[in-house]
Amino acid sequence: MLKEYLTISSVSGPLVVVEKISDVKYSELVEVQFGDGELRRGKVLEISDDKALVQMFEGTIGLDVLNAKVRFLGRTQELGVSPDLLGRVFDGAGRPRDNGPQIIAQKRLDINGNPINPNARAYPSEFIQTGISTIDGMNPLVRGQKLPLFSAAGLPHNRLTAQIARQAKVLGTDEKFAVVFGAMGITFEESDFFIRDFRDTGAIERSILFINLANDPAIERISTPRLTLTAAEYLAFDLDMHVLVILTDMTFYCESLREISAARKEIPGRRGYPGYLYTDLASLYERAGRIKDKKGSITFLPVLTMPEDDKTHPIPDLTGYITEGQIIVSRELHRKGIYPPVDVLPSLSRLKDKGIGRGKTREDHSDVLNQLFACYAKGKEARELAVILGEAALSDIDKLYLKFADQFEDTFVRQDESEDRAILDTLAIGWELLRIIPRSELKRVREEYLNKYYTV
Amino acid sequence: MKQARIAKVSGPLVIADGCGGTKMFDMVRVSEKKLVGEIIELKKDLAYIQVYEETSGIGPGEPVYLTNEPLSVELGPGMVSTIYDGIQRPLEAVRSLSGDFIARGVDVPGLDRTKKWDFKPSVKTGHKVSPGDILGTIDETQLIKHKIMVPPGVSGVVSEIKAGSFIVTDVIAVIKEDKGIDKKITMIQRWPVRKQRPIKEKFAPLEPLTTGQRVIDTFFPIAKGGTACIPGPFGAGKTVTMHEIAKWSDAQVIVYVACGERGNECADLLLSFPELKDPRTGRPLLERTVIVANTSNMPVAAREASIYTGVTIAEYFRDMGYSVAVMADSTSRWAEALREMSGRLEEMPGEEGYPAYLSSRIAEFYERAGKIVCLGSDSRQGALSIIGAVSPPGGDLSDPVVQATLRVVKVFWGLDDKLANARHFPAINWLLSYSLYHDNLKEHVCSTVSEEFISLRKEAMRLLEEEASLLEIARLVGIESLSFDDRLILETAKSIREDFLHQNAFHEVDTYTSLQKQYRILKLVMAFYSVAKRKIKEGVDFDSLIKLPVREKISRLKYVEEDKPEEFTKAEEELKNSLQ
Repeated sequence: MLKEYLTISSVSGPLVVVEKISDVKYSELVEVQFGDGELRRGKVLEISDDKALVQMFEGTIGLDVLNAKVRFLGRTQELGVSPDLLGRVFDGAGRPRDNGPQIIAQKRLDINGNPINPNARAYPSEFIQTGISTIDGMNPLVRGQKLPLFSAAGLPHNRLTAQIARQAKVLGTDEKFAVVFGAMGITFEESDFFIRDFRDTGAIERSILFINLANDPAIERISTPRLTLTAAEYLAFDLDMHVLVILTDMTFYCESLREISAARKEIPGRRGYPGYLYTDLASLYERAGRIKDKKGSITFLPVLTMPEDDKTHPIPDLTGYITEGQIIVSRELHRKGIYPPVDVLPSLSRLKDKGIGRGKTREDHSDVLNQLFACYAKGKEARELAVILGEAALSDIDKLYLKFADQFEDTFVRQDESEDRAILDTLAIGWELLRIIPRSELKRVREEYLNKYYTV
Repeated sequence: MKQARIAKVSGPLVIADGCGGTKMFDMVRVSEKKLVGEIIELKKDLAYIQVYEETSGIGPGEPVYLTNEPLSVELGPGMVSTIYDGIQRPLEAVRSLSGDFIARGVDVPGLDRTKKWDFKPSVKTGHKVSPGDILGTIDETQLIKHKIMVPPGVSGVVSEIKAGSFIVTDVIAVIKEDKGIDKKITMIQRWPVRKQRPIKEKFAPLEPLTTGQRVIDTFFPIAKGGTACIPGPFGAGKTVTMHEIAKWSDAQVIVYVACGERGNECADLLLSFPELKDPRTGRPLLERTVIVANTSNMPVAAREASIYTGVTIAEYFRDMGYSVAVMADSTSRWAEALREMSGRLEEMPGEEGYPAYLSSRIAEFYERAGKIVCLGSDSRQGALSIIGAVSPPGGDLSDPVVQATLRVVKVFWGLDDKLANARHFPAINWLLSYSLYHDNLKEHVCSTVSEEFISLRKEAMRLLEEEASLLEIARLVGIESLSFDDRLILETAKSIREDFLHQNAFHEVDTYTSLQKQYRILKLVMAFYSVAKRKIKEGVDFDSLIKLPVREKISRLKYVEEDKPEEFTKAEEELKNSLQ
């Protein structure tokens, strides 16, 4: 029999202080019964001899100090998992949202998980073909990688994310990805776009969706990504599936974190975000990966919108320090009408080198991508120069680089939303473009590959 | 003794009462789960404990077990090739106990208690020994001869010494101390991590720590026993540069501390180091490496300890007379762990919320580096170099951690976002970076490479600086309006950048360049400049000069294997002939 306490002494924002308690543990789950009978949940944030600080997941509107009853459940927040999770849509707290039945859990997992032992990690090295040249060719994704999409308001990151979820596959195998999708604070229209896209393509059968909309309680967003990742870990490491986790939008998650931190009157770090934002984000991002001797994997694609397109804002900044690269969606390319507007120069995939090359994609891949990067960077420099001095003032070689940059954006970056471009086609376009530049300039490519591919 | 108990839990901070008589920085075990913690503040009966493991599920009233000794590491044979967490628990043993995910309260000693080591004594009974004297050796790996030393604070006459196969806890010698007490010596030494290990004497470092990275060894070298930092925004290549140095530097032991970084990077080290060969000995690199890994999702308090654990292990190897390098990636994460604990202790914050003692802690840490004379009567020398990565928010160098670090380190390798975006790696900005070891190392470089190397470097640096200002002018007036002399400077600087400074860490040959090869590449690049400059004066056509086929040959010299010096001679010949 659980004890009920009627001893709430104060409520401030999402935080509730309960007094005269006994035998309560740190981070235990709490149930609060409001005066009108409504049940809401929260967890213990701080605990001393007779006082517990509780953070409510679904807000405190309608809570009164006198009549509310508090029960400590003696366990941390858990997710009941079973293979039936697949094909279902849940809300941000893990309750069914699709009018379907409750899940009968095979087991219950703590949503905070435990850190993967670094010694147990297998290094991600299987190339994932997303069918998008700017990713496959320039910033390849591998199984077990965490690669965020840095976007901003008004850019087509949702379409790009959905395209990746649709097309992603490992070459030479028929294995398909299961997709676990977590939405935090996005609008109904955005979530509807994803659900419809998943339904239309049949992907929903292999998906689990956790949706917290913009008008759902903000505090619930703290647990949404953890539920998502716990479900993903179950699919990957218990059911041997390859899981692609998409979390959108991390910016809203961080704002909820800030809200709680402010309510706790903690000393704020940069821009009011708590000093532990890095550690907190890492506890999510680092759950991606592969484990030795296990078949499954978690590949993680968080999406965040950069406030004011600013890459140095704490959220993208700290994310970039934890994740293994980033894909940057550019407003400039979007304005030019290029889809997908991926700006390859500041984008990066840290794990690419073990995932590409002979036997994985093609032996020249690494050299070609380095050379394309270098040429495109020079082409963009030439373009800037041409703006100041006029195109006529460019040297002959700079004119070629300029031409390269224009064509690169037009044929390599640009592709149709439904175009699933194979990696060999991507490389062929790459070589096509490199032929614009004289051979002596291509210093990043080995002789043997130049001999083989440059002259056709 | 009164039983201490938990009074309050707030994340990794636990407050316990009934702790009268304990000391600051004593280690404790919290709750029945026996979580490891350390006392960081004392108020009468209350102890503030930072707990190195996740604290969910523990609550007030649970017991706290006092150990009355500070957080220490075990030093002895078996550390090399091992991967530890921040408080020296071997992760492999943890895995066999708790599976693929790290459970809490796992108690594993730092050194394997079952493995037998072959101990060869090097002293006889009756020998008088003092702290640091070598009692005997163990061939830990083919690269590391582990020396068992008399622990600090022990001296006397050896009354017993054994030879043969022992586990680390076996007594291998007995020393009769001056007071007449028999001191039993095992192969383990315990040492508190926050305390520097004693040395005899420290002196200025005069030998370079070569790293095989051209931009570092030629332009911004670090000395054996020196300190360096690599600050840079994310994606600029800090970790790749750190890995490259760990792989190719000529230190004898590498301690790699992955502090609050990515788990996959640790997996990469573990995966690649057994396969990569040390260029000097041909043995797998893992045989000289100790890894301390506290990834970003592992408990934050243990992250704070991991740096000290790493440097203490390094000092122990230094005391054997080895040249050791500690790579700390990244010190910003360590500083953030300090900040987090400071916030929970409700201390008054300094800059950016960091505690006021941030800079003194950083200075203390880097000062543990140095070229030293070890304890022991043979006066052997050891060196401890520290290289720290710093991850300032947004790459902003005014960050307090960067500034505090720059005040103490002697070498600054500043990584540049722009270079990284153009895929110029290592993205070390040559105009921003500096090394204060040039003068110290001069003599050594002159005697081992060439005196000319130093003047070539200065000349190349001058061209790179001129390039920066010439490019400004070219941007305004167009490149055509520059004189041929200036355009030659631009061409040469470009060649220095692309053919010398740019280095591909993933290319099998390019990843490591010996000092000798660096010298010969730079010599050719600069030789082209001086010859072409003369030719321009003589009225030779500029375009035909820069289009000489020998230039392409020069640009590919970095891909020439170390054992083919004749390629350089050929290129030198060709340069001479084509400009006759």
